Amino acid sequence: MPRLRELAPLQTLALALFFGFLVAAPLAEEWLLKLATRMAIFAMAAAALDLALGVGGMVSFGHAAFLGLGAYVVGIAFVHGFEGSTLAGFEPPADIWRQMLIAMLAASAFALVTGWVSLRTRGVAFIMITLAFAQMLYWFFVSLRRYQGEDGIALWNRSQGLFVDLEPQPNFHLFAVLCLLLFTLLALRLYHSRFGRVLRAARDNERRVSALGFPIVRFRLVAYGISAAATAVAGVLLANATWFVGPSYLSWPVSGQLIVMVVLGGMGTIFGPMLGAALFVLLEQFLPDLLDLLEPGAGEHWKLVLGPLLVLLALRLRRGLFPALARGRPGAGAVLPEVDRG
Amino acid sequence: MAEPVLVAEGLVRRFGAIAAVDGVSLALATGEIHALIGPNGAGKTTLVNLLSGELAPQAGRILFLGRDITPLPVHARARLGLARSYQIASVVGGLTALENVALALQAHAGSSFRFFADCSGEAELEAGAKELLARVGLAARAEVPAGLLAHGEKRALELAMVLAGSPKVLLLDEPLAGAGTEESRRIVELVAGLREGRAILLIEHDMDAVFRLADRVTVLVYGRVIASGTPAEVRRDAGVRAAYLGEEAMA
Repeated sequence: MPRLRELAPLQTLALALFFGFLVAAPLAEEWLLKLATRMAIFAMAAAALDLALGVGGMVSFGHAAFLGLGAYVVGIAFVHGFEGSTLAGFEPPADIWRQMLIAMLAASAFALVTGWVSLRTRGVAFIMITLAFAQMLYWFFVSLRRYQGEDGIALWNRSQGLFVDLEPQPNFHLFAVLCLLLFTLLALRLYHSRFGRVLRAARDNERRVSALGFPIVRFRLVAYGISAAATAVAGVLLANATWFVGPSYLSWPVSGQLIVMVVLGGMGTIFGPMLGAALFVLLEQFLPDLLDLLEPGAGEHWKLVLGPLLVLLALRLRRGLFPALARGRPGAGAVLPEVDRG
Repeated sequence: MAEPVLVAEGLVRRFGAIAAVDGVSLALATGEIHALIGPNGAGKTTLVNLLSGELAPQAGRILFLGRDITPLPVHARARLGLARSYQIASVVGGLTALENVALALQAHAGSSFRFFADCSGEAELEAGAKELLARVGLAARAEVPAGLLAHGEKRALELAMVLAGSPKVLLLDEPLAGAGTEESRRIVELVAGLREGRAILLIEHDMDAVFRLADRVTVLVYGRVIASGTPAEVRRDAGVRAAYLGEEAMA
């Protein structure tokens, strides 16, 4: 991810369009606004995953767990608020700030414990272990009868905002966009910080970086925790956007979708995964209608088309959408030059 | 011999039935360049990997300034002041030359768990990195991504990174491999000037360079030390002549 002033014109344009659409969306019809909200939330989740996957070089196949944890903080608080009951003597907070705080704490705690185990491995083993931990949490929530188990929790109201009423969709949407912007700012700072430089270097050349004196696992573990915390915030927002919390949020296809967004947009570029998420949400929304136009009834098989389409995009764009936008300007949109990384 | 900084005692490392390093003892002293020579497959790189911590020995121990560092991982040894270069120059391809050296400096200048401040704005790191780049002759290539540097330039860059922490012990694994004549000359000159205040273990096949630089020479054959002493002593050693050096190198 280059510095903002080093972005290629097409990259700047794409980002301006994306953020412009998000900010202007409250002027649009309700369904389009809801689509924009979904984009903002998944952009945040995908960029958060990118901190671990793209910047940190940790291919986590379990990030749905963090998204789900965030969502369940909202769901559980709703259930107790609805019943007027307490959880282990505490009254779960109904306001979104404290819910986000709890979500971040819970997700990073889960990430630190599971990461401590998973980071002993690399490559495929790491992928499988992160998947296993996420599935563990998935089945935990499926069997958690107290909070509707497999059925999930339908929310009757949104979390409370601190200064604003989050019930109206435009308010909630702008709040989500604000969260995304804030996160983007933090992620960029992190990327260019000392910590970020060590992470990026370790992804490139682990051996050299540890021979320089950096305890790589410690750096990765912290990055994993930060990534998890940000993903959980997206989860808090997602629950409020969909008025629903269920174990499906923690299921492995969700983890897979997040990875697709990151890879599609361009690993390690922060902005790329946001655009990847936007594209994914658009495809999800419009592909069925588009197919129905071509052949009535074909829309329900949209995933049959989505799959090959993603494969094609991946082949065509190779390192992702965002770097491709800077093509012709070597290094401009790329984290790495296209040479051997030795 | 001066006070030894790094001492290896009876190091053993086997790979299956093969003992790559078979009971090697070695002492590196400050102010000395200690050359490690031997035919291919003698276990030289394995020995360096044991000293740097990338491999754990099956027997023996390693002392650094009298302290047993055998259980310490690579990064902890590096922080104590043990730096190494690799047979194939190992740099961070995605960072510029300048960033590579700044990264190396960063490892020895305060905590790297800093999440917000832009590290490229750290004047101290940048100035130090520029100075080191100039020292290895890469001043003009500071902004080039390391992955795009020529082979010899990567070597020079790696050397600058290795020097960044002012290490007490340098382990150089064939620093001349693949370097051109001009580059070789510069590296030999540079390495000769590094002796002051630190101990250097030099693996090298170029006998000219070895006998020009080394204060002590240890000869490794099949994982065992067959001779160790001053260059003159090693030259005269009949066992070394027979096992390794060949008559023309002696002439």
